[in-house]
Amino acid sequence: MRDPSTVRARLVALFLLGAVLFGYPLLAVFNLPGTVFGVPVLYAYLFAAWAALVALVAMVVRGD
Amino acid sequence: MLQPWAIALVSLAYLGALFGIAYWADKRADAGRSVIANPLVYALSLSVYATSWTFYGSVGRAASDGVGFLPIYIGPMLAAILFWVVLRKIVRISKANRITSIADFVGSRYGKSGLLAGLVTVIAVVGIVPYISLQLKAVSASFGLLTRYPDVATPAHATVPILADNAFWVAIVLAAFAILFGARHLDAAERHEGLVAAIAFESLVKLAAFLAVGVFVTFGVFGGFGDLFGHAAASARIAPLLTPFGKVSYADWTWLVALSMLAVVFLPRQFQVAVVENVDEDHLRQASWMFPTYLLAINLFVLPIAVAGLIRFSAGGVDADTFVLALPMAEGHQWLALFVFIGGLSAATGMVIVETVALSTMVSNDLVMPLLLRYGALGVSRRADLSSFLLAIRRGAIVAVLLLGYGYFRFAGEAYALVAIGLISFAAVAQFAPVILGGLYWKGGTRAGALAGLAAGFAVWLYTLLLPSLARSGWIAPSFVEQGPWGVAWLKPYALFGLAGLDTITHSLLLSLLANAGAYVLVSVLGRPGPVEQAQAVAFVDAMRRDAGPIRVWRGETTVEELRVLLGRFLGRARADDALAEYARGRGVSPDALAAEPGLVEHAERSLAGAIGSASARVMVASVVREEALGLEQVMDILDETSQVIAYSRELEDKKRALEAATAELRAANERLRELDRMKDDFVSTVSHELRTPLTSIRAFAEILADNPDTPADKRQKFIGVILKETERLTRLINQILDLAKIESGRAEWHTEALDLGELVREAEGATDALFREKSVRLSTEVAAGLPKVDADRDRLMQVMLNLLSNSVKFCEPETGLVRVRVACEPGRVRVDVVDNGVGVAPEHHERIFEKFRQVGDTLTDRPQGTGLGLPISRQIVRHLGGELWVESEAGRGATFSFTLPTTGSGRREA
Amino acid sequence: MSKRVLIADDEANIVASLEFLMEQAGFEVRVATNGREALEVAQSFVPDLVLLDVMMPEKNGYEVCQSLRQNAALAQVKIVMLSAKGRDIEVAKGLELGADAYVTKPFSTRDLVAKVREMLGA
Repeated sequence: MRDPSTVRARLVALFLLGAVLFGYPLLAVFNLPGTVFGVPVLYAYLFAAWAALVALVAMVVRGD
Repeated sequence: MLQPWAIALVSLAYLGALFGIAYWADKRADAGRSVIANPLVYALSLSVYATSWTFYGSVGRAASDGVGFLPIYIGPMLAAILFWVVLRKIVRISKANRITSIADFVGSRYGKSGLLAGLVTVIAVVGIVPYISLQLKAVSASFGLLTRYPDVATPAHATVPILADNAFWVAIVLAAFAILFGARHLDAAERHEGLVAAIAFESLVKLAAFLAVGVFVTFGVFGGFGDLFGHAAASARIAPLLTPFGKVSYADWTWLVALSMLAVVFLPRQFQVAVVENVDEDHLRQASWMFPTYLLAINLFVLPIAVAGLIRFSAGGVDADTFVLALPMAEGHQWLALFVFIGGLSAATGMVIVETVALSTMVSNDLVMPLLLRYGALGVSRRADLSSFLLAIRRGAIVAVLLLGYGYFRFAGEAYALVAIGLISFAAVAQFAPVILGGLYWKGGTRAGALAGLAAGFAVWLYTLLLPSLARSGWIAPSFVEQGPWGVAWLKPYALFGLAGLDTITHSLLLSLLANAGAYVLVSVLGRPGPVEQAQAVAFVDAMRRDAGPIRVWRGETTVEELRVLLGRFLGRARADDALAEYARGRGVSPDALAAEPGLVEHAERSLAGAIGSASARVMVASVVREEALGLEQVMDILDETSQVIAYSRELEDKKRALEAATAELRAANERLRELDRMKDDFVSTVSHELRTPLTSIRAFAEILADNPDTPADKRQKFIGVILKETERLTRLINQILDLAKIESGRAEWHTEALDLGELVREAEGATDALFREKSVRLSTEVAAGLPKVDADRDRLMQVMLNLLSNSVKFCEPETGLVRVRVACEPGRVRVDVVDNGVGVAPEHHERIFEKFRQVGDTLTDRPQGTGLGLPISRQIVRHLGGELWVESEAGRGATFSFTLPTTGSGRREA
Repeated sequence: MSKRVLIADDEANIVASLEFLMEQAGFEVRVATNGREALEVAQSFVPDLVLLDVMMPEKNGYEVCQSLRQNAALAQVKIVMLSAKGRDIEVAKGLELGADAYVTKPFSTRDLVAKVREMLGA
């Protein structure tokens, strides 16, 4: 397991990243009509960001 | 095909299967081969967060607000990132303190307060009732819809008598299963392995069902996402849903995210599966990403299904909350519809069972038991076997909660969409956040503060959310909401103090948390925590830093037997023995050899806490240990003991320091010995030098004479003279050295007699007369009359006088030199002064001249004759006789050598 | 040209005996009775060899030896230390400081004269 305080710090960082990704400014940016591969922009953004964040968390806590 | 009885049968069969899984898991656990010690199972059990709200309600919300249904899943996703940091601390504390519920946690943190735990229980029960009713509503609505197949229309609301109400029977059935799953027997650690296994399974079922219908709708009914959303965009009614912000405010979004972050931990069922049922802290690591992945998967098709439903049922008539079921039905897929129904049922039952088990634990441990114990009703404290009584309370609580849920559903549930009801519950459990998070990270939080905060927050929540919800359904006059009570506008529940324009949930949340946190901090800061509170505060906040368990604040006496009986009353005989054996194992002794020590009492208290809550456990153990509440006196006693221990340790410190000082002294003594050794070496070296110097001259001249027989006579005379003189010098030296050695080592012979010093002095002067005349130095003598006698060795004392006199002559100038000898009487002794007016001795040399072989005279051109041993020997002699010899002098101003001797019979002599 | 010998010792009798011996051996002799005087005379007299006592006032024999060796003009001078102190460390110290020989008192006159002769190549 990697050094615990590094993991902790990274998790906090990811948490803050998440807060930003799913918060007001970025949401307003993606609140557009239109589609991406047939999927509405906002919808696609939300789920893509979600998946990416989860993947990052998985990498951080894996550690070993 | 989809007859009511068929559906009911399938449902019961499913529930039976779930129970079967639970039973099997329990059996495996008893055999020691647990199936749930697995991070995947743990993460799936956390997914009990997704209830029929997720299953049905999300779609309903999406149909009106687009992605506005999502915040309550984003919150948990973000919270999951911090599982490893925050939740882990909670889990660790709970394991160490055998905490069995969220009420227990709060109560334990704030000084094992029963009152606080009770308040938390009340808030939890009242807060969750709406949530349970929402599950009942979902099941009964979906059941109602399904039975109408192939018609797809939401049945109009009709008031049905209770016994004919589907929801009622659902409640009864769920109560039965909840009891089966969670209240079959009492477990000291409140762990329900079977329950967890069943929940994990049902999480899979509901995910599968939802994905199934999602895939069906998106790819079966439509041609994929593109097609589906293309249709949506084309419709003016639906298009706005795709970019919802404008309708949904960002503020609301943010608040909901924050709210759900709290709910995912503080909902009683979440606390139960995440903390109480946790098997291994390490599972939290994997859960941090597995759980969000689950949430992602189950939410993926919500918007597509909502949009599809809106398109398909554009004529209305179908409640959006039921799209998930209605769509497969409308397409004629009855098996899929049935599967979906089971999925929804699964979601609802999971929630209800875990929630009611958690609530019943709290009610029995933190509400009923303390009240009964306090008021001694039913002779509770005297009953021998309480375990079955406790169990009965648990089961009763489960039934009661479900009936309350049904009651709320009946009286208020119809007016709201599912999501709205659920949010009311979220806002209730959010009240736990300040006291719990504060309790984890702030040692200053006090019991009084927690009580104030919880009470304030709960009150505001009641007023701004719960009561108005009843008004909406007609049970309280609508004017209460619209105009405020008694027409007072700024007391309007949805716009308290004029705070209008906010979503009802946001409004309530804002005010209640403000009141909560504000009261918590204020009251905590203004008050002082009690001793147990402080101990618990440290134990909790520092939990990750310490390895130690809870602090021992026990003092009392009891016997192992008494503890065994006590445990037996609540846990049953078998489990009581198990608990004691566990402790014995931990200490490495046999259970029979157990002594009633504080550790055992702690262990007993903890085991009991599992069954009746930590507050009650404390009270029970206290009564057995012959002590009431831990009052200030007892704490003082304990502190006394502690301070005694501190005093002992301080003594130890002192001893240690003394030891160190002694060691230092020894070291110094060793150093001194080494010094002395070196000095001895130096002395030997110096002595040999002094002896060899005259020898050198003797030998050299002897050899010269021998080798040069024809040396002129005058030279020969001179050389022989030198030989003789040096021989004398050598002899003198050897004698003095031996003398000094004898005196110093105490082997000299002393012949003491009573002497008249005056007489001795005159004799010495006589002996040195020649010396004085030779150098033309005058000598004068003053001897006082009536001198007492002194005890001394005549010869030695003579030696001293001769030494002093010859010295004084040596250092005087010829012609002008004057030496005065004074003999006087002082109290108890006789004093002799030899005063000369010679070159004197500089103060820095005063002690040096008494050192062996030291001769003052570097500044002189004439090397003084002498051995350098005269004065040291004189001093040794005088000292040996009980007196002291010293000098007073300044350079150029003459010198006074003085010595004293004790008179006969007065002073003591050196041995 | 006869070789020059400086005798430095604070014991008059020893000085007398050494002086006799050296003059008898045909060397030119100067005398010093303390360390400071020894250095001064060495500067002016520039001896070929110094008979140097260790225990002297003002500067002891070790110091004189060191100073002589540090003086370029006198670096070639032969130094024979004389001392009643004959412990190993003292001998070693003398040799370390640059003495060419260390003789303990009492010495054999014959041996000493022979050694001086040898060192001066006379």
